[in-house]
Amino acid sequence: MSIWNLEVCELFMLDLQQLHDAVLTGDCKAARSLVADALTQGCSPMELLNRYMIPAMDEVGRLFEAGDYFVPEMLLSGKAMKAGMEILKPMLVSSGAQPAGRVVIGTVQGDLHDIGKNLVASMLESSGFEVFDLGIDVPPPTFISAIEERKPQLVCLSALLTVTMPAMKTTLDAMSAAGVRSAVRVLVGGAPVTNQYAKEIGADGYGETAAAAVTLARKFVPRPQ
Amino acid sequence: MMPIISRLLIEDPDQLIFGVCPKPVECGLGLVLGSGRVFSEVNFTLPPLTIGTDTWPEVLGHYDNMIDRVLKRAVSLSAPGIVIEFELLPAMTERPEWGAEITALLKGHLRRAHEKSGLSSALRVTPTDIRERDRPPLLRKGTAWEQLSASLNQCAAAGADILSIESVGGKEIHDAALMQGDVRGIVAALGILAPTDMTWLWNQIVSICEKHAGVVPGGDSACGFANTAMQLAGQHMLPDVLAAVDRAMSAPRSLIAYECGAKGPSKDCAYEGPVMKALAGVPISMEGKSAACAHFSPLGNIAAAMCDLWSNESVQNVRLLAGSAPEVFTELLEYDCRLMNTASRTGQAKILRDLLTRSDEYCNPQATILSAVSTIAIAKAIAEEKTPYQRTIAAGKAAVQLLKAAVAGGRLQIKTKEKMWLQKVESGLSQLPETPDRLLQDIEGDYGSLYLRESYGLDLEQSAVTTL
Repeated sequence: MSIWNLEVCELFMLDLQQLHDAVLTGDCKAARSLVADALTQGCSPMELLNRYMIPAMDEVGRLFEAGDYFVPEMLLSGKAMKAGMEILKPMLVSSGAQPAGRVVIGTVQGDLHDIGKNLVASMLESSGFEVFDLGIDVPPPTFISAIEERKPQLVCLSALLTVTMPAMKTTLDAMSAAGVRSAVRVLVGGAPVTNQYAKEIGADGYGETAAAAVTLARKFVPRPQ
Repeated sequence: MMPIISRLLIEDPDQLIFGVCPKPVECGLGLVLGSGRVFSEVNFTLPPLTIGTDTWPEVLGHYDNMIDRVLKRAVSLSAPGIVIEFELLPAMTERPEWGAEITALLKGHLRRAHEKSGLSSALRVTPTDIRERDRPPLLRKGTAWEQLSASLNQCAAAGADILSIESVGGKEIHDAALMQGDVRGIVAALGILAPTDMTWLWNQIVSICEKHAGVVPGGDSACGFANTAMQLAGQHMLPDVLAAVDRAMSAPRSLIAYECGAKGPSKDCAYEGPVMKALAGVPISMEGKSAACAHFSPLGNIAAAMCDLWSNESVQNVRLLAGSAPEVFTELLEYDCRLMNTASRTGQAKILRDLLTRSDEYCNPQATILSAVSTIAIAKAIAEEKTPYQRTIAAGKAAVQLLKAAVAGGRLQIKTKEKMWLQKVESGLSQLPETPDRLLQDIEGDYGSLYLRESYGLDLEQSAVTTL
């Protein structure tokens, strides 16, 4: 039986709407203190996360898609989410709660571009995924080691150059040869990459935008209940 | 101490026009840039292909094919001259002999076309700034710099007529600050770190050019900075007004190449080029609608208004109905140039320039700050300040005022959200500390882990940046 009392949490619902708004508006300080106060009052960490914070990030995603938020506002909301999560995380871990999913992400070998990759990583993190960013110019063996060590459900590959796109296939081939390909879903993205190319090289999905990548990630990795 | 450009060489917006500049550049095989004619600058790249020892013959085959077709098209259209840009891919910079081999191949074609058809030409070679390979970047030493330096030297020896680069010093902070819309971080990148690296790097490039007779130090581009902002704004990830102000603030950084001895032409993707032309008097390369093969922009026509070279940025060697994409884009550029040059010859250059300007000027904030009038206003703001830090802030403030005036006058329509951001950027610029030292201290917590002080020569004394 949970030590946290849902009814107590609901009694504070009006105040907790402020937590939703703090995440929505990117107010880190408020998010942190509201989470701390709610926990002191006996609210369940899982409830705070699932009823207020994640819906706020969903709203952020909706506002971004509608053109009402730019990336800076979205990242600020992500920071507020993170600020609250720093307090929640130890309790979630001790209660056995899992992250939304685990992701390994990187720009493929030969390619030095990382803005798009960083954006996808930030958005995945804000959506509750645990993200392991391998950086740029990542050779296939590094991806394979990360899969073996981190046990992700998802691997995201990024490339911006036409001449580095083939490194996506090389990476997938290496993953197959190492016997780790079937353990993960692979998403690819980047300016020259297309859905057709993703299919040709045997990737599981293609995200044209960072938001599309997150949507696909959620589809591939259903949130643990 | 390097000379600081403190006055405009073109003060009258009406004199800021395509095809002419105060300091024309002679280069290559009989080409003079900025002396009355606009020339095409054609750039091409490989289709999806892994670059390696086993595929190298195929890589060479593509470049041989592309240059052959491009030059045949240029001759067929009676082009008065042409600039070819060979932008190295990272692997070709990491193995300098590869970049040099392609440079020699391309130059051989240009020589033969000159001898056979009288086609004037120049070869611009742009190695990749692979120093950003390491994070945080080690800019002044290490393998990446050694490879880049070797690449510049070997390409110069192999036949490059113009050396350029899209340098990345400061980008490690700018990327992060841009995504957060943080004016402090953006100014620290463009006004402190980037100028420091530009000064160091361009002194190196100018020295390399001096060692190779006839090789002209071209120019740099804030591609990794302001073009990143432009592309993100184009995808509605960032406000257009932020991208516009970022562009203006990138000009002092790019100007440093010319203060160090670069002669032009500026890089095609440097949309801050008109400010270089006004201040340094150098010929500039620009790209717009005929570079849609490489990327979209809100600057398709206005970018041509003041150009001396007109570029397609880059196109893959793929087959289109008419022919290969590089030769197709050679034709597009050539007709654009032919129109501009006819306008010049018939005394109608200003009319065409104004049409190119007006067709874009108030469709997007990024175009608003690119007109000749805006360019001169930004250039004046820069010239009035002494240090890159002050110049960057001044350029940003000038751009904000230009945008505010255009909005207030009803000429530029922007959404409420963009207006809020314009206010936010203005406020951010007004709250910056007096000195660059102080700004670096202020941002240390947010960005300190992203850059190495030694990469900017800041590891010796804290006061190293006070002269910036």
